[in-house]
Amino acid sequence: MGAPEFQTPPLKAYPVIPILQADAMAASKPYVAAEKLNEAIGFPGKLVDGWQEKAVAKLGELRDKYRSLRVFLDACVHCGACTDKCHYFLGTGDPKNMPVARQELVRKVYRRYFTFAGKYFPQLVGAAALTEPVLEDWYRYFNQCSECRRCSVYCPYGIDTAEITMAAKEVMDSIGLGQKYTNEIIGKVHRIGNNLGLPGPALRDTLQTLEEEVKEETGLDVRFPLDEAGAEVLVVTPSADFFAEPHVYSLIGYAKVLHAAGIRWTLSSHASEAGNFGLFIGNYDQTRRIALRVRAAALELGVKRIVVGECGHAWRVAYSFWNTLIGPFDFLDARYPVPQHVCELTHDLLERGAIRLDREKNDHRVVTFHDSCNVARGAGMGGIARGQFILPRAIIRSACNRFHDMAPETIHENTFCCGGGGGLLTDELLELRVKGALPRMEALKAVVDEHGVNFMATICAICKAQFAKVLPFYEFDMAMIGGVHQLVGDAIRLGRND
Amino acid sequence: MAIEVGGKTLETDEEGYLVNLADWTEDVANAIAKAENVDMSGNHWEVVNFLREYYNEYQIAPAVRVLTKAIGKKLGPDKGNSKYLYELFPYGPAKQACKIAGLPKPTGCV
Repeated sequence: MGAPEFQTPPLKAYPVIPILQADAMAASKPYVAAEKLNEAIGFPGKLVDGWQEKAVAKLGELRDKYRSLRVFLDACVHCGACTDKCHYFLGTGDPKNMPVARQELVRKVYRRYFTFAGKYFPQLVGAAALTEPVLEDWYRYFNQCSECRRCSVYCPYGIDTAEITMAAKEVMDSIGLGQKYTNEIIGKVHRIGNNLGLPGPALRDTLQTLEEEVKEETGLDVRFPLDEAGAEVLVVTPSADFFAEPHVYSLIGYAKVLHAAGIRWTLSSHASEAGNFGLFIGNYDQTRRIALRVRAAALELGVKRIVVGECGHAWRVAYSFWNTLIGPFDFLDARYPVPQHVCELTHDLLERGAIRLDREKNDHRVVTFHDSCNVARGAGMGGIARGQFILPRAIIRSACNRFHDMAPETIHENTFCCGGGGGLLTDELLELRVKGALPRMEALKAVVDEHGVNFMATICAICKAQFAKVLPFYEFDMAMIGGVHQLVGDAIRLGRND
Repeated sequence: MAIEVGGKTLETDEEGYLVNLADWTEDVANAIAKAENVDMSGNHWEVVNFLREYYNEYQIAPAVRVLTKAIGKKLGPDKGNSKYLYELFPYGPAKQACKIAGLPKPTGCV
């Protein structure tokens, strides 16, 4: 891990569409998963014999299974509205990172095998066989899409581009061309219970350390309970919350909120992970199996509520898919949202005056908020329109005196990905991650210069890890990134609540 | 991939993490550290040794708060923070120190 061999793009005062640089990112690709990693989760170990026919057949199967995919493959008119909406294109200038061009890598194959014109007159319609170079392009460029769906916001046909990326990844996994980072992690979830590979005893030891730390800080017995049957609330959160900074400060924040509100809660060693990388690889069975752990833990512990911590894609899976994926949740308390986001929990307690925050505790901070893509464009919150934008900001405003949003075209549903989502948060993709963060860094720079912002809050573990890594490339302090519940944890009034 | 230490060839993964934990020796740690441009001081060794002890007990590297607390106890409270750990291991205490300690890389959203 020597010095990175790339140039960090300069921050510009206003967004400029980059000059095209053909193949600028042709060398960027993640490590291919080793045989045993693929086989452990039921995929062929390595590229199978006859992969071409099998891949085409799989694409056909997905087209028939997901009507949405068929519509998204057929409907694109190549209008180009998406071209300059992708953070990876804006950061790299590689034309294949224009969403329309990236998805064309699948569409041209789809046309060749599944449309009349493509079967008989391939040259006329730009159809192409799935050759080895095409497959190599798939592996490179579908691992340069974080499935953030910003381009979809601007698509006049509403094409969900991420579904095409997911289909491409699903096809590649089915022929033995899996990606190491995602597939190793999925294996760990099944084997150990979380993405990190943190076994139960280590989790218990870690939580005990946190109890001791919070006791030293506050003098109070704020608990971090594990596997406590009969608790009212099961909290599922990304395992990074146990392990890493700044993530852990949000976990401390949740614990303080639950303590102050007097809610009996627990974590689960069986479901010690909210994240669900099955979504990233577009694999329904994996997504379901990973999600089922949460249902099993909730039933076993007899909880009445499931609260999801600060994890972007976990919330998308929970909010948008759990009901059909692992429901029904008739055993949970219907008076609360099923499932409930930790921001919904905290916001509700604040509204009812059940917890109090002292804003002055965060007076050393000038805060902005980074909307995470899967929350912003894939979920809701609070049972109100645009709640996923309103609630986190309302909590932040309750927790600090100085808050400034970034430019409107970079927040809410227009938010830019952090550059590390969708299963790309791995070291060998660092160049892509740094360059993909450019649009967000430019928006951040503007509020830093104008308002003195020194803290960017977010509600996603990937965003936190990604920014902690890439902020220094843009000459920002890595400690600028943190969680919404980090702010809450620092401001909350514990003990007497009057 | 592989590294050569003392005439022996040791298998590593794509990123230079040891494949067989049993291959680790202090010489191996020094060799990995050198490739990482980390100059191993006594304090570096305190971290590396703690990582290995913890791993032996729990089969995972310690969480950052567990690590900073332990290092704070050993080296003094002014050193029990991640800022100091980043001074020792600029690429990040979790990943770089684990690599030198011969432990697998922590995965996930970290």
